[in-house]
Amino acid sequence: MRAQLRAGVAAVVLLALAACGSPAAGPSAERSLILATTTSTQDSGLLDDLLPAFTAETGWAVKPVAVGSGQAIEMGRRGEADVLLVHSPAAEEEYVAEGTAGRRLLVMHNDFVLLGPDADPAGLRGVPVDEAMRRIAAAGTVFVSRGDDSGTHAREKSLWEKAGVTPGAPWYQETGQGMGATLRVAAEKAGYTLSDRATYLSQPDGLALLVEGDPGLLNVYHVIEVTKRAGERVQPEAAAAFADWITGPDAQRRIGEFGREEYGQPLFVPDAGKPEPTGD
Amino acid sequence: MDVLLDGLAQALSLLFSGDAETWAITLLTLRVSLGATLIAALLGVPLGAAIALCSFPGRRLLLAGANTGMGLPPVVVGLVVTVVLWRSGPLGGLGLLYTPTAMVVAQAVIATPVVVALVAAALQQVDPDFLVQMQGLGATRARALLALAAEARLPLLAAAMAAFGAVVSEVGAAQMVGGNIAGQTRVLTTAAVLATSRGEFGLAIAFGLVLLLLAFAVNLVVTLAGQAVR
Repeated sequence: MRAQLRAGVAAVVLLALAACGSPAAGPSAERSLILATTTSTQDSGLLDDLLPAFTAETGWAVKPVAVGSGQAIEMGRRGEADVLLVHSPAAEEEYVAEGTAGRRLLVMHNDFVLLGPDADPAGLRGVPVDEAMRRIAAAGTVFVSRGDDSGTHAREKSLWEKAGVTPGAPWYQETGQGMGATLRVAAEKAGYTLSDRATYLSQPDGLALLVEGDPGLLNVYHVIEVTKRAGERVQPEAAAAFADWITGPDAQRRIGEFGREEYGQPLFVPDAGKPEPTGD
Repeated sequence: MDVLLDGLAQALSLLFSGDAETWAITLLTLRVSLGATLIAALLGVPLGAAIALCSFPGRRLLLAGANTGMGLPPVVVGLVVTVVLWRSGPLGGLGLLYTPTAMVVAQAVIATPVVVALVAAALQQVDPDFLVQMQGLGATRARALLALAAEARLPLLAAAMAAFGAVVSEVGAAQMVGGNIAGQTRVLTTAAVLATSRGEFGLAIAFGLVLLLLAFAVNLVVTLAGQAVR
């Protein structure tokens, strides 16, 4: 009886001890900012390369939240993030026009690529992107869409629109997932898909690169400051520090170098200070 | 198949080469899950005991609620806690979102109904006359309750282990309220999801195996403690 009680108490104490020193206080005391960004910057590993350098130089710790560009902009609108790094120009311009955002600065670009099975049943190889979209629809071959309101999804929808095609079932399929997961679904189904080049290069299994280099496929990233007009707890000085740093010489050099060694070509092209690219 | 073998090899090398990041992620997983389990036990044991031993209006409704709560979708719990902890939310001033504390809170919400329901079931199993007999033998009410807890020791431990199992393997809430931030809120489940989305399947399997080992170690300790004096 007494021994049983002791065992019970011992188990509870053990549990309590193990949970003690749980990091309840956390690093919230230090200066930290929330960066809402896209899955492509996280999945490609770019953030892992940039953020430690930013923290070392400015003292701001970063909480990067990687979501689709649509959700990132929504977080900015609600003041739930301090600064955004996104690639959905039409949605960005709409957001900036609402008047609650601060500066919107060009950071870098890469491009979107149209991928598909090596056999290429719809005959996309080398044709302009508008024609390629029409051929996919005409052939009724599977096209796997992100379907998640991300920057890539937004671009895909505008490509369909420009090609004058209304995609639909059964050949048009939406995953609602990130780029990496969508690439694998497309590969498994031997379907076509639109991807940013960085994610494609970092996990190229099973899909062939069919259409690239069209001006309509330019993928441009901007940094956008959130201001106190969006929410009283936004930290404008943090937004300014990040926007200044990522458009500054050190970060731009890192962006230009990133991935060069591993993939034989840089995944992103630094663009700070250049004129806004035309395209979409 | 080679992905699975690759995962096993990576898990072993991560653990035994003393990879600092893996150990930090594992330790955080342990702290968050045990913290949540502890809070769930502190809230759930008295509530479950009250449901099993007392009679009050709404008792059956509460029990049905707890039983339903065992099926709470973690991603919905995560969303609700996120909205509450948002800067614009009612507790936004605390700045807790994307911290381990927020993860403990969300996981405690997930684990508490599990504890309540299983504790109630465990104590209802004990002979209803047990408390009366103990008090008849001259035990105080507190002493009789302790004896009851000792009597139902194994199912009570099972309740704690079920709660721990529910939170340590959970990914939806951990991802939403923690944000999977490297070095701050990245736990084994969210690390596995990230590795998967990066196409690093072997690494994802490795994190899964480390999680299994961790859960096994915790359960082994608790089981041994429970069985030692059976």
